[in-house]
Amino acid sequence: MTSFIFTPENLSRAGRIVAKYPSGRQASAALPLLDIAQRQNGGWLSKDAIQYLADYLSMPLMRLYEVASFYTMFNLKPVGKHLVQLCRTTPCWLRGSDEVAKACKSELHIGLGETTPDNGFTLMEVECLGACVNAPVVQINDDYYEDLSADSVVSILRALKEGKTPPKGSQTGRQFSAPVAA
Amino acid sequence: MPTLTIDDKQIEVPAGLTVIQACELAGVEIPRFCYHERLAIAGNCRMCLVEMEKAPKPIASCAMPVNEGMVIKTNTPLVKKAREGVMEFLLLNHPLDCPICDQGGECDLQDQAMAYGGDSSRSLEMRRAVPEKYMGPLIKTEMTRCIHCTRCVRFAEDVAGVEAIGAINRGENMEITTLEQAVASELSANVIDLCPVGALTSAPYAFNARPWELRKTESIDVLDAVGSNIRIDARGAEVLRVLPRLHDDINEEWLGDKARYACDGLKKQRLDKPYVRKNGKLVPASWDEALAAAAGALKAAKGTEIAALAGDLADMESVFALKTLFDRLGSPNLDCRPEGNTLSTAQGRAGYLFNTTIAGIEQADAILLIGTNPRWEAPLLNARIRKRWLKGGVKIAVIGEAFELTYPYTHLGTTPQAIKDAAAFFVGASKPMVVLGQAAFQRSDSEALVSAAQHLPVQREGWNGYNVLHTAAGRVGALDIGFVPGAGGAATREILAKAAAGAMKVVYLLGADEMDTAKLKDAFVIYQGHHGDAGADVADVILPGAAYTEKDATYVNTEGRAQRALMAVPPPGEAKEDWKIIRALSGLVGSALPFDTAEQLRTQLPLVGALDTVTPAAPFTPLLHAAALSDTPFVYPIQNYYRTDVISRVSKTMAECTKAVLPSLQPKAA
Amino acid sequence: MLNPKDRIFTNLYGQDDWGLEGAKRRGIWDNTKALLEKGRDTIITEIKDSGLRGRGGAGFSAGMKWSFMPKEVKDRPHYLVVNADESEPGTCKDRDILRHDPHRLLEGCLVAAFAMQAATVFIYIRGEFYNEASNVQVAIDQAYAAGLIGKNACGSGYDLDIVLHRGAGAYICGEETALMESLEGRKGQPRLKPPFPAGVGLYGCPTTINNVETIAVTPEILRRGPAWFAALGRPNNTGTKIFCISGHVNNPCNVEEEMGIPLKELIEKHAGGVRGGWDNLLAIIPGGSSVPLLPKEICDTVLMDFDSLRAVQSGLGTAGIIVMDKSTDIVAAIARLSHFYKHESCGQCTPCREGTGWMWRMMERLAVGNAEVSEIDTLLQVTKQIEGHTICALGDAAAWPIQGLMRHFRFEVERRIHDAKQKAA
Repeated sequence: MTSFIFTPENLSRAGRIVAKYPSGRQASAALPLLDIAQRQNGGWLSKDAIQYLADYLSMPLMRLYEVASFYTMFNLKPVGKHLVQLCRTTPCWLRGSDEVAKACKSELHIGLGETTPDNGFTLMEVECLGACVNAPVVQINDDYYEDLSADSVVSILRALKEGKTPPKGSQTGRQFSAPVAA
Repeated sequence: MPTLTIDDKQIEVPAGLTVIQACELAGVEIPRFCYHERLAIAGNCRMCLVEMEKAPKPIASCAMPVNEGMVIKTNTPLVKKAREGVMEFLLLNHPLDCPICDQGGECDLQDQAMAYGGDSSRSLEMRRAVPEKYMGPLIKTEMTRCIHCTRCVRFAEDVAGVEAIGAINRGENMEITTLEQAVASELSANVIDLCPVGALTSAPYAFNARPWELRKTESIDVLDAVGSNIRIDARGAEVLRVLPRLHDDINEEWLGDKARYACDGLKKQRLDKPYVRKNGKLVPASWDEALAAAAGALKAAKGTEIAALAGDLADMESVFALKTLFDRLGSPNLDCRPEGNTLSTAQGRAGYLFNTTIAGIEQADAILLIGTNPRWEAPLLNARIRKRWLKGGVKIAVIGEAFELTYPYTHLGTTPQAIKDAAAFFVGASKPMVVLGQAAFQRSDSEALVSAAQHLPVQREGWNGYNVLHTAAGRVGALDIGFVPGAGGAATREILAKAAAGAMKVVYLLGADEMDTAKLKDAFVIYQGHHGDAGADVADVILPGAAYTEKDATYVNTEGRAQRALMAVPPPGEAKEDWKIIRALSGLVGSALPFDTAEQLRTQLPLVGALDTVTPAAPFTPLLHAAALSDTPFVYPIQNYYRTDVISRVSKTMAECTKAVLPSLQPKAA
Repeated sequence: MLNPKDRIFTNLYGQDDWGLEGAKRRGIWDNTKALLEKGRDTIITEIKDSGLRGRGGAGFSAGMKWSFMPKEVKDRPHYLVVNADESEPGTCKDRDILRHDPHRLLEGCLVAAFAMQAATVFIYIRGEFYNEASNVQVAIDQAYAAGLIGKNACGSGYDLDIVLHRGAGAYICGEETALMESLEGRKGQPRLKPPFPAGVGLYGCPTTINNVETIAVTPEILRRGPAWFAALGRPNNTGTKIFCISGHVNNPCNVEEEMGIPLKELIEKHAGGVRGGWDNLLAIIPGGSSVPLLPKEICDTVLMDFDSLRAVQSGLGTAGIIVMDKSTDIVAAIARLSHFYKHESCGQCTPCREGTGWMWRMMERLAVGNAEVSEIDTLLQVTKQIEGHTICALGDAAAWPIQGLMRHFRFEVERRIHDAKQKAA
């Protein structure tokens, strides 16, 4: 019996997800269910949570653990309330991702891969987020913040610290991926 | 049968092969690490790349199926460069451990680097180090050496059927791991053989020897009744390790952990000199003294008052000698079943052999297991059942305790009464099998159970699906010799009862330790064997014999296949070859046996067929027995896979396994 | 220059409602039944004739890929898998289709699945696209509710299920066989080919994997006819394409344009030109990070299509255009890409697992001149040892940017080494 079990709501979600795949192919639900478990578990997957899912999906623990360790979005160690993922790949770098990263580090007083003492923020470098024409880009939990500058990213972090919800997307008022002057 | 061209030579090969297999048939050597004939294809090491006409880039020969008209080149500059390139990558992060690595001298990476690699390293970068992983007491890990071929992962998953080893993380951070659990399989140590580098090496053997120091002897394992082919590596008089030998029809390329690692028990508790009990204490004696004492006791008793029990590891030669002696002494009290089971020889060999043969399992389409835990009783036979299951198209059922066997099955019931559902289970099967374990023969209702099993529709034209799974290596040979009660003779239980009652004066134990020795306290016990175990404890005379690694001897496996084990090291101290001890004794009792050399003895041995062959036994008429089947559960002969005989019981490695692995090895209810 | 009437993606910037009402207004789901009534063979022929080449990077003829599926459904169901794992650096076009035009994609799924007799479509979307996935799921729910998909889709008598499946952060899952592995609940490690997906694919069944953009344009091709699509662009490089222009331009953006448009025109007309003027251009990666860069001289005249770019030793890839002006540390820029490939390597095969790390570490040293000149050739040889020797194309993709750099900017790499030695002296 693991210390992690799905909430009733997540249990019924899990059932609906498994039902989307052909019968006998419930292993396909591994990725979606790991995501749900991670969300329920405060943003990371404990070994217990993985064992729980392995039992639920009738998969050997080792096979599911391999999966959990393979994908970047699964955190096998605890993370802060806001997981700040900074894109560091060339298109973002060309538009100033280094400055954005520097601003985040100095605002939060932590380095990459670290978590603030109050567990509010974790800073992580990630690879291309797929929003290159709105570079530089940062993903915080589920949302993208785009067209960033050192100043705008600090505003976002401060808003989050205060429990506010900063606007997602382009921080310079662009209409998604349209050119500015359009 | 497609024809292809390899290095300008045409060759016709059977259908369904890959290019690497075709190259093997053509005598062309292809380097490889991840490919292994008995494992699923991985194609990830890239060492087997060859040129194929019309392909834009080199192909992985291990994965490319052969097609008619293919043109393959393995000796071009492109292939040479590809091999050097892959080798450079393999050595990039591989530590320069050769001087301290046990794999040295038998290392695929060393061999292939010499043959196919470049001459120097160009990398100036730091090398990565990988933390050690725990895989159990048998497998020593140095994961920094791992080249990620994934043979161990595939072996554990497919052959052993335990999902114990995995590859976590991604890219250059990929690591082989067990999540810090011992690999809970009786076949775990095979990954040591499979690992092409020194990442997984033998822990009990660590830092002991270099392979070129060892003398290699081809022999046969006797710690179960499968007759696995082994190679005994020794230095001087010491057996350092036991490895598997290839035999496609028995153990393929694998070996059970006990067969590998109980060998350190060969050095402990050895009976290396004769003993005679004086004033209640065993004191060392000379051979003359000991033999005289034994002969004296035998001569003083009537034929009906002496008995002999042949133990599980007894070789055919000594069993035959003992039977011949006891026949001449007029004793019908012989039994080769010291645990007291009731397996009968009345129906001929087909009544007590694994008739389908181990290789034959691969053709079965329905398998019923009754009173057997094949995973512990014969791990390599169990692996064959699993291999069959993996191919698909077979159904398996169990009557008895629901152990975890590494394949799914229908649990018909816990007691023999479930056999009433067996006929329905076999409907539609064209090659059905039933397997009776030893537990089936140790019940009050054994005859009824055997009768019911023999009436199952498993015998057809050209197919005998009736099987008895033995656990003792010496059993079938002894049954073939007829080492069972003669006319008016007592079987084990009666022998013990009579001994306790004073009616059996002398009991000769030929390596027999599995019975209730308390009952022998008042009899004159002659113990001939190699380890001081239960039998030696109650002996009045101890005649030290040779263990299986110390003599040329014949054993017949559960299929009825006779095989010859060869002597790898001399027996310790004053111990002697077993049949010779009996021959010497026979002279002193005034009935010298009619053979003076092993060759002479062997001409008289009742072997069925040549060595290493299986002769189908004549079909039997099913036993008729009308008594009811009881509903008591089966009692299984093996409670701990690691300790089942005199050798494994004193092995330190087996004790470590008992502590570290047995708790998770215990087959749980499915 | 694309005539607005030829534009396919009419809601690229999310200016209109992306839901069913907006989609219908823009002509999506308009008598889709009639498209299906053309029949499978005609549909496949029309897609072939249109010259549509895969928009996910490989540029393989879409119609030909569909024709590889078995002609009859026997004991194994057929599957269509839409590759929405967009992770190639420089590429962000599928994102706009997924969040702003999901119904266009769903209609494409129906016609494509019908053509290859797939009863189920899986859309595999990269895990990071949480909000985009949300839009797609809403669109799917709308389409089911309106009877456009599901049983008797659009009243055609054909049953179709569409399932959205989120990834979890792995570029390698954009490789079609790794995608299938991931969909089946395993690590995204590519499979060996042969067998090919049309023979043995998802769950061992015949499967076609296509990029989002490829599928999304198919209904329009069938509506307006293959000749219309084939008349756009250049021979063998037909139709329109969404180009992603990022990096040192004044107005980075996505824009749909005709295939074969000159690169210079594309950047100056739609992206506000290179920062500091065209002559401030240093180099451009024209097709996502996996294709070799092009120096300014080639960018002056090259056309944006598959064959033209191949002829200058690069590629159209995903048309993710990364523009670098003269302020760029070109070696550091490529070193960043090397890090990307090392991070994303699945680890299965030796050359990529060990080689991507080695190449990145060498690139980092070369970026600061901490090397010998001879190491440039060592590095190039290493790229050749990886290229063509791996299970999948990630190895090639990791090798090419470095080859492109050395082909056109070797002098810059050597200069740094000399400078570093001078400084040390």
